[in-house]
Amino acid sequence: MVPLSTGIAAWGLMTGVAMVKSGMSIVEALAMTFLVYAGSSQLAAIPLIVAAAPAWVILATGFCVNLRFVVFSLHLRPYLMHLPRWRRMVNGYLTADLSYALFTRRFPEPGTSEAQHREQEAYLAGNYFVTWTSWMLPGVAGIVLANFIPSTWGLGFAGVLCLVGILCSLANTRLRLLSAGVAAVAAVVAYALPLKLNIVAAIAAAVLASFWLEGRVPRRWSEA
Amino acid sequence: MSGQTDVWTLAVILGLAGVTVLTRCFFFILDRPWTLPAWAHRALQYAPVAALAGVVAPEVLMSGGHFLPTWEDARPFAALAGALVYFWRRSVLWTIVAGMAVYLPLHIVLGW
Repeated sequence: MVPLSTGIAAWGLMTGVAMVKSGMSIVEALAMTFLVYAGSSQLAAIPLIVAAAPAWVILATGFCVNLRFVVFSLHLRPYLMHLPRWRRMVNGYLTADLSYALFTRRFPEPGTSEAQHREQEAYLAGNYFVTWTSWMLPGVAGIVLANFIPSTWGLGFAGVLCLVGILCSLANTRLRLLSAGVAAVAAVVAYALPLKLNIVAAIAAAVLASFWLEGRVPRRWSEA
Repeated sequence: MSGQTDVWTLAVILGLAGVTVLTRCFFFILDRPWTLPAWAHRALQYAPVAALAGVVAPEVLMSGGHFLPTWEDARPFAALAGALVYFWRRSVLWTIVAGMAVYLPLHIVLGW
């Protein structure tokens, strides 16, 4: 947990710096850190907010970047369904990538008894408390520190590099790598589209190209 | 967008918080079990990586609406270094460190 928290802390710090150095106000950056609580969609939203893209494009992009959580939620459903809805949603909102990975590794099967349910929820809550703290404190520190760093240094670029790293980690099959390539080319070619619609065009082109390729390439292209 | 707080941005931030809740709780908001159509399950495989690439590529490769008007630009070199280091060390943290180690000298010293 400690080396992982260090990674989250560094990521939170850079996200804080990147938000402010990209031109967001301190209030906006703090609101984003505390409310959105999803590093990759925050970082992806920054250039779109700065470019004043329409809200629906920003939200749709954030939704697509977050789609991995939809997959996690399907997996977590049997672990949480015995709880009332508000508690399921609090647990869900606070369970990010790392807590999901550690939780499902520690508990490969959902609990069946009252005691097991309590044990699992306690583990999950303790885990996301550590994750939340290691994200929020450095995030706030980054937002404050960013004011003392000259904008000409270009530290906001660390946010883009962070996205590059997440992108590489998600591109773990050949078809996903191809999907990333198609999206990158489409986003550049369609850059002149108004309202940042090049992002929407890029996602659509990449998903359709991957659908078309799925049946036409060897099966191992879909395997990690 | 120079450090001013505006209502539109705060509304977008609230919307993004809603997107976080919606995606993280997607399949357990409703009590009854349900599934996505098959095409949506397939799209889940490719859309996240596509969305990130769609945001990142122009941030690294475009300048003033043009594709790399000059090769004297620190961003593509830094992004390439970061990606290579990712596949070597499998760590997002090292990606940022290596990328900034390439970016800062080129950007601050050479003015790229």
